[in-house]
Amino acid sequence: MPLSASEPYDLAVIGAGSAGLAGAVAAAELGLSVALLDTAVHTGGQFYRTPAPVMGAVRPEALHHDWSPYADLRRRLARSDVRHLPGHHVWSVTKDVDGEGTGEGAGEGAGPADGPWAVHAVTGADGGGERPVRLRARTVLLATGAYERQLPFPGWTLPGVVGAGGAQAMLKSGLVLPGRRVVVAGSGPLLLAVASSLAAAGARVPAVVEASGYLRYARHPRALVANPHKAAEALVHGAALLWHRVRVRLRSAVTEVHGTDRVEAVTVTRVDRDWRPVRGTGRRIECDALAVGHGLVPQIELATALGCTTRPLPDGTTALALDGLQETSVHGLWAAGETGGVGGAQLARAEGELAGIAAAARVLDRPAHGGRVRELQRRRDRMRAFAGAMAAAHAPGPGWSGWLTDDTDVCRCEEVTAGQVREAIEDLGARDARTVKLLTRAGMGWCQGRMCGPAVACLAARGRAAEPLVERRPFAVPVPLSALAALDDPAMPRPDDQGETPSEPGAAPGGDG
Amino acid sequence: MLTRNSADVIVVGAGVIGAACAYYAARSGLRVTVLDRGPVAGGTTGAGEGNLLVSDKEPGPELELALLSTALWRELAEELPPEIEYEPKGGLVVASDEAGMAALRDFAAGQRTAGVTADEVTGDRLHDLEPHLTSGLAGGFHYPQDAQVMPALAAAHLLRAGGDRIRLRLGEEVTGLLTGAAGEIRGVRTATGELHAPYVVNAAGSWSGDLARLAGVELPVRPRRGFVLVTEPLPRVVRHKVYAADYVADVANGSAALQSSAVVEGTAAGPVLIGASRERVGYDRTLSVEVLRRLAAQATALFPVLAGVRAMRTYVGFRPYLPDHLPAVGPDPRVPGLLHACGHEGAGIGLAPATGLAVARSLTDGEPPLDLTPFRPERFPSAAT
Amino acid sequence: MARTPAELVGAQPGPPFQITFDGRAVTALPGQSVAAALWGAGILAWRTTRGSGRPRGAFCGIGQCYDCLATINGEPNRRACLVPARPGDAITTQEGHGRAALGV
Repeated sequence: MPLSASEPYDLAVIGAGSAGLAGAVAAAELGLSVALLDTAVHTGGQFYRTPAPVMGAVRPEALHHDWSPYADLRRRLARSDVRHLPGHHVWSVTKDVDGEGTGEGAGEGAGPADGPWAVHAVTGADGGGERPVRLRARTVLLATGAYERQLPFPGWTLPGVVGAGGAQAMLKSGLVLPGRRVVVAGSGPLLLAVASSLAAAGARVPAVVEASGYLRYARHPRALVANPHKAAEALVHGAALLWHRVRVRLRSAVTEVHGTDRVEAVTVTRVDRDWRPVRGTGRRIECDALAVGHGLVPQIELATALGCTTRPLPDGTTALALDGLQETSVHGLWAAGETGGVGGAQLARAEGELAGIAAAARVLDRPAHGGRVRELQRRRDRMRAFAGAMAAAHAPGPGWSGWLTDDTDVCRCEEVTAGQVREAIEDLGARDARTVKLLTRAGMGWCQGRMCGPAVACLAARGRAAEPLVERRPFAVPVPLSALAALDDPAMPRPDDQGETPSEPGAAPGGDG
Repeated sequence: MLTRNSADVIVVGAGVIGAACAYYAARSGLRVTVLDRGPVAGGTTGAGEGNLLVSDKEPGPELELALLSTALWRELAEELPPEIEYEPKGGLVVASDEAGMAALRDFAAGQRTAGVTADEVTGDRLHDLEPHLTSGLAGGFHYPQDAQVMPALAAAHLLRAGGDRIRLRLGEEVTGLLTGAAGEIRGVRTATGELHAPYVVNAAGSWSGDLARLAGVELPVRPRRGFVLVTEPLPRVVRHKVYAADYVADVANGSAALQSSAVVEGTAAGPVLIGASRERVGYDRTLSVEVLRRLAAQATALFPVLAGVRAMRTYVGFRPYLPDHLPAVGPDPRVPGLLHACGHEGAGIGLAPATGLAVARSLTDGEPPLDLTPFRPERFPSAAT
Repeated sequence: MARTPAELVGAQPGPPFQITFDGRAVTALPGQSVAAALWGAGILAWRTTRGSGRPRGAFCGIGQCYDCLATINGEPNRRACLVPARPGDAITTQEGHGRAALGV
């Protein structure tokens, strides 16, 4: 047992969405001491984003499908000993030696879980009295989800252009809309869900503009047949859109936004199978907002900073490479949900539970197997196959850069234009996103390349297949210098350090139904 | 005859040192091919702060190289586009107590004899130079010759300024050296074929030792890790390059233990850079929270106003150093046709032009711009490695 | 059919309260983020960029893009999509880095 003042948690779960919740609850039910950290005030992540309780929403589920599994996880969380730490922005996970020292050589051969880990976070509402927090854990589960992939186009920085997922998130949690007539555009299954929620909440949706053709799904019939719930979900959205008289335009893209200080209209243009805009097919649609997105990008920087192995996905994004029990290539570090490839809430729950069981097995030093594990693995594999098919179907075509003009901002933070990016690539010797960043500042701003990274990587590839983009972000969120300077303060103690024993240590892994 | 696969000289390494060698060689009329296994500025150059410093150097060969470079950078700033962000901002070295001040005074006196301008600043005048500097410091020295440049853009524009005489081949790794009957250099081999030239310049930064080994010679270049913290964009909060006195000791110190003292400076783009940690840990890129803690603590001690400012990112670089902390510059007598331009540790951006000029003069049999004896590549006995 | 998001989820929020945006009163609901309150009042931009001075507001809506940075009660660079609105909050349009007062 470590002699430090604070006993580490058995498991620290980062992210309280579907995967993190499922993992935390599963591990706690098997007897582990668990800390569950999330930036948000409430659990649920992006998918189960809900209005704050003070809003008194009696039907939060009206904005969600598949509500009951989340309600079940919430109930189990409330019954468990999991320490939920809301409002914690985790900026780094490092190896730790008893909460002090330099971290060099930490944890080598330190027992079954190879820990402990140090999880570094700041609390406080973003600039409002931020405070550094460090907690220690024997194992870590990364369930940090995903963010939306964006591709630039002329006018996309105008107020009123919002992420499709962003519009959805603001609606789910704040009960607000960005405008009254909202065009939904981009690519990916999320667009239909967003359009139907916006319409249900009272917005006019003059068009849903999808750059791919859904016929691409037909190339993966097995994955579709094996996942009937996904087809049903699409039918629900489709019916909702019919009801609200929303027109879906396939093989089309918003290629320009019009307006001076806010959105007044968009131009929708037909694109070919490579997403190259077809000349002369542009059509203006009046609207006061545009919700746009091109699928989701796994949020994996906490893991890549630790050297975890990644794998490229068919849609050009990069996910963590995981073993059959959700463990990353770094011993003692698991991942679940979108971090292993975008696949939705149901897959995230299965993976989270699997990871929770695996971490518990490691900590309790016994094998993770049994019927529940096999059942979860079967479900995961089936849903992963479907996720792969979806990713392939909505992969951006190489022709999208055809709608850029030289003065289109590519990097929103640092206002770096497509022309500057091209100059860096063609004249200054940049060959990858990192050098483009060095030479132009694209990706050096506040968002650290989350918004422009995929586009810059594509442009740097100059028509070749872009190298899988593995972004290094040593700080997952910005950290006040005062918080960094205070890093030698003691780790946050577990509230129950004295004489705490895991409950029901004999429970079989996965004994829960 | 020059063909697509031949040149007067091949420079291996498209960092700032290689770029400066190529630039001055091209200006001397040579046709240069620059090879790099990665992009321009993909190694240590891309992780540098862009320090053009004389203030941290004691009298000796490195200071001479730095003083020449300082003058050359001023010329280059006229020639290259403003995008290189050359800024003759000056350095300010501070001491917290009288003992530190006395040490700085001695140090500056020596530097002055070598041609450095160093003006003593009393404690009560520090705020005229740096309004946000913490109160209660004993004083400091102002070094007007210190300057800054944006390293990656400087390298890219040096290469571009060479025009048609510089051919850039990126993403190509040198896998072997071609030699003639007498062991003289004939070119290099890469994955895509052979390239011919009578001279090869080793400007491969932290990997220069590997290239030397391909030529059959030993050059004990090792990496020394350094972290730089980058803040959110700010207005001009720090005017000079400001650091604490103990930094001077660190550069000369050969200890492998962590030594850091915050060097704080603003940039044209807005963020403040906080740098100068030095560790020998091989090529480990893992975040060291202890290093970051020290950098942040020292920076906020110097500039309390930074406490509420956020660090947005940090980056790690590997400074290539040789055992005596001097670079290797010039022809290698062991392999005719092989020249070295490497081992500049944390001063490569600053020392690049003088190094490039010296290499170009060697290539054209010109008069060296300074005495290169201390930088002889063969000065390390191979028994030591 | 729902006419508003609040009707859709059957929200019965507590009493609304006032915040200000550049001195003008804006009504916020308990539980809303600053960005949501501003959207609710039809305000889509509360920041101008450092380079070209262009208007910006919430984009990603989940705290990832930092486009919604706002100066809230004098403190710059706070993500309006994450910071909960509180009675009396004064939101001011943030110009550039929002820290002009630090310039020397």
